[in-house]
Amino acid sequence: MATATVTMKDLQSPVEPTWCPGCGDYGILNAVKRAMVQLGLRPHEVFFVSGIGCGSKLPDYIRANGFNSLHGRPVPIAQGFLLAHHDMKVIVVDGDGDNYGIGGNHWLHIMRRNPNITHIVQNNMVYGLTKGQYAPTSMKGYVSTTSPEGTIEWPVNPIAIAIAAGATFVARGFSGDPKHLADLIAKGIQHKGYALIDVFQPCVIFNRVNTYDWFRERIYKLEDDPNYDPHDRNAAWEKAHEWGDRIPIGIFYINEEMPTLEEQIPALAEKPLYQHEIPPKLEDLEALKVAFM
Amino acid sequence: MVKNDVSFKLGGEAGQGVESSGMGFAKAIARAGLYIFGVQDYMSRIRGGHNWYQVRVAERQLYSHEPAIQLLIAFDERTVEEHLSEVVEGGGVLYDEGFKVDAEAIKARGVIPMPMPLLKIAEEVGGNKLMMNTAAVAAAAGIMEFDLSYIEQVIRDNFGRRKGSEIADRNIRVANAAYEEARKRYAHLFEWKLEAIPNAPKRMVINGNQALGLGALAAGCKFVASYPMTPASSLFEFMCAQAKRFGIVVRQSEDEISGLLHCIGAAHAGVRAFACTSGGGFSLMVESLSLAGSTETPVVIVLAQRPGPATGLPTRTGQEDLLFALHAGHGEFPRAVLAPGTIEQCFYEMARAFNLAEKYQMPVIVFTDNFLANSLRAIDPDAFDFRKVASEIDRGKLILPHEHERVEQAVANGYRRYEFTDDGISLRIPPGHPKAVYSVAGEEHLPEGFIDWEETADNRNKMTRKRMRKLEVAAANDMRLPEFYGPDDADITFVCWGSSYGPVREAVDLLNRNGMRVNMLHFVDIHPLDWDRVADILDNCRSWISVEGNYTGQLARWIRMNTGRKADAVISKYDGRPLNPTYIIEHLQEVLVGV
Repeated sequence: MATATVTMKDLQSPVEPTWCPGCGDYGILNAVKRAMVQLGLRPHEVFFVSGIGCGSKLPDYIRANGFNSLHGRPVPIAQGFLLAHHDMKVIVVDGDGDNYGIGGNHWLHIMRRNPNITHIVQNNMVYGLTKGQYAPTSMKGYVSTTSPEGTIEWPVNPIAIAIAAGATFVARGFSGDPKHLADLIAKGIQHKGYALIDVFQPCVIFNRVNTYDWFRERIYKLEDDPNYDPHDRNAAWEKAHEWGDRIPIGIFYINEEMPTLEEQIPALAEKPLYQHEIPPKLEDLEALKVAFM
Repeated sequence: MVKNDVSFKLGGEAGQGVESSGMGFAKAIARAGLYIFGVQDYMSRIRGGHNWYQVRVAERQLYSHEPAIQLLIAFDERTVEEHLSEVVEGGGVLYDEGFKVDAEAIKARGVIPMPMPLLKIAEEVGGNKLMMNTAAVAAAAGIMEFDLSYIEQVIRDNFGRRKGSEIADRNIRVANAAYEEARKRYAHLFEWKLEAIPNAPKRMVINGNQALGLGALAAGCKFVASYPMTPASSLFEFMCAQAKRFGIVVRQSEDEISGLLHCIGAAHAGVRAFACTSGGGFSLMVESLSLAGSTETPVVIVLAQRPGPATGLPTRTGQEDLLFALHAGHGEFPRAVLAPGTIEQCFYEMARAFNLAEKYQMPVIVFTDNFLANSLRAIDPDAFDFRKVASEIDRGKLILPHEHERVEQAVANGYRRYEFTDDGISLRIPPGHPKAVYSVAGEEHLPEGFIDWEETADNRNKMTRKRMRKLEVAAANDMRLPEFYGPDDADITFVCWGSSYGPVREAVDLLNRNGMRVNMLHFVDIHPLDWDRVADILDNCRSWISVEGNYTGQLARWIRMNTGRKADAVISKYDGRPLNPTYIIEHLQEVLVGV
């Protein structure tokens, strides 16, 4: 991990955010920057991959490398990039529609591979940029333009799915508490392997149910309970299902024992793939011909 | 006696070893200095059904199979029923004497029934009925009086080293017994013989997918991500098998969407990457293809065709995806499409695809199909020139982030990933260098790479022109016009693309031998092209007939779209079976009425 001194100013992008005033995404942007400052991560050492949606515009608003891709598709791009350049700190930033809807299959599989990727999912429980349809995480009965009588589906439970699927770091933050969120993101980045940070992010325009106040009345921090051990998978599973009057945030689950995807690939043992010389040695190629004779 | 000019077919159920026996036999014959053309036909099942493997042998290089065969080697009774009609007069049908086969019906066709105690030899001499394959191949060798030592060599290669020589020894004893018995019974009745060429050079016995794989290795491909799909799987498996030796990262992705996106991620980091799939998987990749076009990411996609629509005929062949690949993806963006026609072209075009992708920073699609992927030929090792491929590696305007001095020099005045340039190609520095920090976007972006928040018409126009300009530059500098085969002065020109090369070439040879003047115009590069020059070429043809493995005449349509020139006729084949010279000649007679 880098130890350089990085300031918030170093991370200032020339591009002004287009988010609505009061949007929860400001808190997430702020938390991401704070985490980079905290860890001394310089702009060229980080690669953000985002999906499509309000929150996925984040790479443009922070001075670092970025790739604003397709709706639901940043996860495979991040893996491909990481395997080609595994010295880089790779961070996926996408939304509930990206990751719990259209990209759900990619998410399921990144979790069982455990690449060293930090994944921040902006979960506002509504489709904001497309102006107010319900999301995979919208609560049952949520009224929207595409569910005028209220949704009849159960919401996705990202924390429970992540624990079940083998994610090795599972956390939830709140964009209304950027300091706490920054700490979660920093821990996620330091975690060796895949880290999910699901973030409650109020959409002040379209979600009139899950507002800042709604969250503030309910959330509490897991770390405030000295008896809670995030290494205990069963305890994490139980907490993952807590919803209603009290909703936990913080680190639900950590498993530090699992090897990462990239450390299991022999080709990456010496140096990042992009630094390998091409083409291969002629004698190795010629030897292959003999196998066909 | 007919020496070294024969076709034979092995047929049986899936799981009986039809393909491995056929390929082993072909390899033995190639080692004897002869040329072979192997083609397989199998059903989408693991056991049962009906599969066959056909081998054509000659003393000259072969480019296609022919429907007529001289020897049918039946591993089951169904093979005789299905393929007896393909055996020429004077030919033979070899089968186990225990099969219920109507020998009189065979004789009635002027074909020689050749029952043999294959199972008995396998059990009594080898102690295992599974060695019936070996007995059958050796018996066929005996009938054709082919030097058994070449078969023994292949048996040693297959069994000797890995599982201990005992199995090899037993197989060789079975082979000898079957060979002698068959020779004694039938060799004097059978006209076609195989004779080794003394001191012939060693040749590779290789198929189209293996050649694509060698091309990718030679070009420095370091990353492959795919989801298995016939007929692309054998290429994917080849790359997986070579991964350790060549330090390649291979990933089996959760779907084809992810496969191509993995490659886009790796290519963005500065690594040569490809994904391979068939039509259904390519359908899933289409959105990501558009992303590669927008972000100017150099990726290679091998599209190994099989007949559709939907799951179609999953283990068969066709050329139905040409127009799909040319138009796949939403919005307008540059791409190149290549369609190698021979195994040699598979090797060179695959390598070239990476150069075009990196030079023009765009996706490149390389076509193959089930026929070319599995066609087996004997090829001179020198025909695959690794040194030449290495010397031609062209990464275009790429500077890798660890090349510090080059980066420092290049970005002295700042770095903009999508800088406007005369040729539309911008300097590409993958992320990682402190002086080249940037963000790219699939959304319309500014030269810096940021999304163009103002969505100005001016930037949109400039960016579109910049991207599309690359096609003009590529067409003028790197893309190759279709090539003729056959006499310059021809009455009829067969126009074709990709894997049709072999069958059309052989049809041209046959027709010219029979006094017609026919040649072939074969497209490897499909897009982009200098279409004015293609139009000139076509205007100099007296008549041209498109020959394609699809219903709609897709190449003919593509040519007409770009040149206004209309084919005089189309010979099409869409039954899932490969084109062959006889089919082309028969259908030429039909269409000639209208030409």
